[in-house]
Amino acid sequence: MQNLVEIRDLKVQARSDAGRRIEIIKGVSFDIAEGEIVALIGESGSGKTTIALTLMGHTRPGCTITGGTVRLAGRDLVAMPEAERQALRGTEVAYVPQSAAAAFNPSQRLMDQVIEVAQIHKLMSPDAARVKAVELFRALALPEPETIGQRYPHQVSGGQLQRLAAAMALIGGPKLMIFDEPTTALDVTTQIEVLRAFKSVMKLGGMGGVYVSHDLAVVAQIADRIVVLKGGEVQEEGPVEQILHRAEHPYTRELLAAFEPVPYASASRSEAETKRPILEVRNLVAGYGPLGRDGRPHKLALNNVSCRLERGQNLGVIGESGSGKSTLARAIAGLLPPVSGKVLLDAHALEPEARARGKEELRRLQIVFQLADTALNPQRPVGDIVGRPLTFYHGQKGAAREARTDELLDMVRLPRAMKHRLPGELSGGQKQRVNLARALAAGPEVILCDEITSALDTVVAAAVIELLKELQRELHLSYVFISHDLSTVQAICDDVMVMLNGEVVERLPADRLQGGAQHPYSQLLFSSVPKLDTGWLDSVPPRAAAL
Amino acid sequence: MHTKAFWPTPRRLGYHMNWIGLIAATVVCFWALVAVIGPMLSPYPPGEIVDFDYYGPISAKLWMGSDYLGRDIFSRVLMGARYTVGISLAAVCLACISGVVLGMTAAVVGGWLDTGLSRFLDALNSIPSKLFGLVMVAAIGSSIPVLIVLLGVIYTPGAYRFARALAVNINTMDFVTVARARGERTGYLVTREILPNITGPVLADLGLRFVFIVLLLSGLSFLGLGVQPPNADWGSLVRENIGGLPFGAPAVLMPSLAIASLTISVNLLIDNLPVKIRDRSE
Repeated sequence: MQNLVEIRDLKVQARSDAGRRIEIIKGVSFDIAEGEIVALIGESGSGKTTIALTLMGHTRPGCTITGGTVRLAGRDLVAMPEAERQALRGTEVAYVPQSAAAAFNPSQRLMDQVIEVAQIHKLMSPDAARVKAVELFRALALPEPETIGQRYPHQVSGGQLQRLAAAMALIGGPKLMIFDEPTTALDVTTQIEVLRAFKSVMKLGGMGGVYVSHDLAVVAQIADRIVVLKGGEVQEEGPVEQILHRAEHPYTRELLAAFEPVPYASASRSEAETKRPILEVRNLVAGYGPLGRDGRPHKLALNNVSCRLERGQNLGVIGESGSGKSTLARAIAGLLPPVSGKVLLDAHALEPEARARGKEELRRLQIVFQLADTALNPQRPVGDIVGRPLTFYHGQKGAAREARTDELLDMVRLPRAMKHRLPGELSGGQKQRVNLARALAAGPEVILCDEITSALDTVVAAAVIELLKELQRELHLSYVFISHDLSTVQAICDDVMVMLNGEVVERLPADRLQGGAQHPYSQLLFSSVPKLDTGWLDSVPPRAAAL
Repeated sequence: MHTKAFWPTPRRLGYHMNWIGLIAATVVCFWALVAVIGPMLSPYPPGEIVDFDYYGPISAKLWMGSDYLGRDIFSRVLMGARYTVGISLAAVCLACISGVVLGMTAAVVGGWLDTGLSRFLDALNSIPSKLFGLVMVAAIGSSIPVLIVLLGVIYTPGAYRFARALAVNINTMDFVTVARARGERTGYLVTREILPNITGPVLADLGLRFVFIVLLLSGLSFLGLGVQPPNADWGSLVRENIGGLPFGAPAVLMPSLAIASLTISVNLLIDNLPVKIRDRSE
């Protein structure tokens, strides 16, 4: 029987701004059978999205397909004229993007956008399309399938929007679905719902699919076969079970190894008990909007939060989006002045606002943000970014500053030549290292890490965590580590605090995380972390409606 | 290869520029040069009547024909370049620098300064620009410094609004928050964090504003409140020779072409500024 998709010796080139041509896909071949889901796995820049896009005959601006064939149901997409490809898109092959929030027009109702594909290709009448859309909403387990289409994109949650994007792709009845990291931006508890919905519609429709991801555990739940990519070449290919249990290629093993949580306890555990904490938070209340009559802000984000961080130890803060964990970091850093409560650094109370704090206090407490893309000024070279705190806090200039900048870049394992680059020219992991180097330049005692590994792929995130541990040993730092990813928290923290709706629901030592959780929300959070096991998704009970 | 003279082409300096940008840059440089040395090259004094015919054709003696009084248009265009380019450039720089500095500061500081400044400049913006120009010139009298400051003040509110809108967006980015958490002062935030990220749109705005100022200056000159006769900027050359339009007189066409070539080139140049080549691995 003929395969649904046959890719043979595919080559894609990109052009740099100096007119140089770079081959980014170097002769990739693989097949997808009818009704089979193939996962493309690899780190950022490995070419997985580029390959997925060629399945629609599309390349990003500046890229061209220079060789090979991409056959969809026997027809070559590369040789086909653009008009024919357009006719295929949405009817034969459909695409679910990474960020559904960016893929929806905020000024149109969801229903109009979902049935747009059917209108463009004149597949059915608008009324018939609406009926079909409601069926899809139901199949995707969306709440209120009859009326959810009447809402606007901002009126549904991120996980729901991702499922609506899938409905939009499914309405044309495609033979092949392309999922481009559809759950990367979601919380673990939401991810599980979305994955379950995707899996059931794909089973039901018997469609072929391509699932692009860097998360092996997610892929293990939904795919039949895995293709591992690196540097634009196929490294390894095989059924999921084989890749998970008998991986041969070193890169695949590295991916798997990044998954094993390494339990961690800092060396100074026992002696730290007696000392005073380096950072202490007492009964913090903070929020957004004007203060109400009771002296509380309109939208309360932190309600009576207390925690303490011993010198040389790490405190993990976990919870889903909107639980107030990032607000906690901002309140500690003085970016969002708390309404009441105290932040003590080394037993010395800090002013609520960063502006009112002394330079020395600011220096000792540094914050590192989640998105290195926005946390680094895109118009300034790396050397300037890292060097500024040296001048600002330590008054270093000229050669002394240069030398120290070099040392800092060495410390975060970046080549010294990177000094002259702009942030846009670095990879995600490199940017996050620069971000960290800037915080280290101040010579801090406490670093607030706000989801610093969330935007990185597994292998890179593991490397950043390793780096944090090394730096801690050398520089006697203490981290407050905020994340929604349990395995990273486990890998670095001594104590873990679970937050829900702005309140601390549970405190646990990191080594008792799995079995010791008492609160139902903590238990749900811990059970939602995908495992490297193909049967895991089906074994987890659906989320309790009570929560 | 490198025995050739080191003519500094954009590519050799590490910049990439497309050919539209290059042509536009050439035209702008040409007019800037004319503004500086033009009057030295003019064959006749610009105010002298040299031809008995009015709206005369192009000839070997009069390269661009003669105007409504029989004066040499070529000499008058050379002289007008100095006024048009000089006054407009000075005024647009004044408007954009003050507007952008105020706009960024308002966005970063916020609060009362932002509100006060915004309302004051909105009020200034609500006065029609021609009327405001007329009243002020009538009150103070016309001279080149007065014209520059006046045109600058008229176009400051627009530049302020534009820069503030851009800066408000940049101000919410994490890297500005990081700088704030570090304890940086407003001056640093404005010059190092915000400004480098808004220069592109601000320069495009400067190009547009330059064109508006050329036009407003021409309008004022036509009303007798701008550059005073016998001197004239290009705008007044067009206005005073407008009667020659039915005859297709070069006296009206040439200054119009000069205005068009300058303003279009300025805009094309700003849209196609040289881009630094960042591909280091070549």
